Amino acid sequence: MNYIGIDIGSTAAKTVVLDGEKVAASFILPTGWSSKETAARIKDRLDGSGIDVGSDQTKVIATGYGRISVDYADKVLTEITCHGKGGAALMAGDCLIIDVGGQDTKIITVEKGTVARFLMNDKCSAGTGKFIEIMANRMGVDIDELFTLAQAGTPIPISSMCTVFAESEVISQIGAGKSKEDIAAGIVESVVSRVALLASRHDSSAKCILTGGLSINPYFARRLAKKLGQEVVTHEMGIYAGALGAALLAADKFK
Amino acid sequence: MLNLPENFQSYSEARQQGFMRMKGLKENGKMVVGTFCTYTPTELILAAGAVPVGLCGVSDEPIPFAEKILPKNLCPLIKSSYGFAVSDTCPYFYFSDMILAETTCDGKKKMYELLNELKYTHVMQLPPGRNSEMALEGWHSEMLRLKEVLEEQLGTVITDEDVRQAIRLKNRERKATLDFFEIGRLKPTPLSGYEVSTVIDTNSFLFDTEEKISLLENRTAQLRKDYEENFAGKPSRPRILITGCPSSGVREKIIRQIEELGADIVGFENCCGPRAQKDTVDENKDPYLALAEKYLRVNCSVMSPNPGRIEAMEEMIEDYQADGVIEVILQACHTFAIESDRVKKFVTTEKNLPYLCLETDYSQTDTGQIGTRISAFLEILQG
Repeated sequence: MNYIGIDIGSTAAKTVVLDGEKVAASFILPTGWSSKETAARIKDRLDGSGIDVGSDQTKVIATGYGRISVDYADKVLTEITCHGKGGAALMAGDCLIIDVGGQDTKIITVEKGTVARFLMNDKCSAGTGKFIEIMANRMGVDIDELFTLAQAGTPIPISSMCTVFAESEVISQIGAGKSKEDIAAGIVESVVSRVALLASRHDSSAKCILTGGLSINPYFARRLAKKLGQEVVTHEMGIYAGALGAALLAADKFK
Repeated sequence: MLNLPENFQSYSEARQQGFMRMKGLKENGKMVVGTFCTYTPTELILAAGAVPVGLCGVSDEPIPFAEKILPKNLCPLIKSSYGFAVSDTCPYFYFSDMILAETTCDGKKKMYELLNELKYTHVMQLPPGRNSEMALEGWHSEMLRLKEVLEEQLGTVITDEDVRQAIRLKNRERKATLDFFEIGRLKPTPLSGYEVSTVIDTNSFLFDTEEKISLLENRTAQLRKDYEENFAGKPSRPRILITGCPSSGVREKIIRQIEELGADIVGFENCCGPRAQKDTVDENKDPYLALAEKYLRVNCSVMSPNPGRIEAMEEMIEDYQADGVIEVILQACHTFAIESDRVKKFVTTEKNLPYLCLETDYSQTDTGQIGTRISAFLEILQG
């Protein structure tokens, strides 16, 4: 029996295949402009590995912003529930999950194995992966390079709460001849502060895990841990937390 | 599923039809007083032989007009209300002979100063709290001052008997409204929150209190019968209590969406709900003092402190058998936004129920994000 979790986010589409209880496969595709096409590409990719999503030996739960585009899903659940399940599995128990994604940031508290409460950022993209992406573009570097630069710099504070205004601030810093390293450090620090502020509203003493696209960067996790004053765990499967949770929930619900 | 009666009239249909009713009333020489809030003692307007009409803005259409003058970062209800007036797109504002308002929140009271430039606006000085003796004294004298203002502006004389009669009529309307709201206590409820929210607002365009009472009584009787025949003994969907800011402006985006996503809204602990109806005006007292007492008890977050709201919420959570509480905060509504911390703690730690806070405005741009939050909340409720 295959249990599949598909998490179509704003930037990346994550798929996890469980064979029984162990992860048999996982892969990431860029979401692109159409989540319907992305869902079709995931289906093809699974087909190529000999997994037919239409068979009754396969159960699919779709989640994430593009969840409704997965027309072959057996069930659709929100990314909150799936991240809660996936994060708790990675932490082997109750925890605080900080998920920094491309479009939004989620803070999820898992108690007794289920989501007890959650918070999401408001309409603005400040405090999300999108902010880093926009600023990296503005500085003419990619996201990994931005983090490398940031590690060598001393943050110049960015005061604007809004991504668009913050971009203007960065432009004036570039214009004023500030060092790339210091500007990059300021950009990362701005996201760290926004995420930490949101997380502090949950007032949780549970173990904390960082998931989502930014969890692959150890520097970001370190800065976040410093700001929060508590350990922030990352996991190689952190970016797959939502898809993993969806697959685990498929296993729970359809067993 | 959204369960609506056959002859259900949408808010915009009813609002349109109300225009002609109001035109007819005006042609027959009726005076009209525009109002904004549950703090407004509408009894005195009725006693003056005039017709009260609610002018609270619930649409985002006129907001760009308001933003030419008002700050962008202001509550959408205030911007919408002012926008309708300044763009001259609300016939009810147009037909009003005067406006009656109160010093409730900072945004509203300052907006009323600008509104007064468009049409005569009498602003009652509502005390900011109830704990000092001056509060009731001052509010009582504001009732007496209002009587004089109405007499002068509308060219009429208000007798004590007129006021007593209006009090009795409004108390009957409150009873009929409350009985209608309390259908939501049945489990499963035969009445959708969407219908409650729509009916209360559309009834305000009838301008005839007796007609309102009879419509409500008929619908309540129909719903009781419907419950016995089709609902009793059946399983219930998760039951949601709505609290926070006025929710009429987010009726489609939040109220409808919650019910379409699989829950029942069983009650409203806000000014669109039974809060103001449960508490009647004492018919045996001096009428002006009785009005002052009643309208000082309204549990809006503009009052400091405001413990009555938590008490009302506790009662509603129990009586309406709520499984979860969703708070609606309109962007830049400071008093409700700050009070939400107390509400969250009360709901989650004292009542042990899940709580969700949705901060939004009247635009449609966050419909998807709001939907995700509601779905996730319902997934928590359903385990």
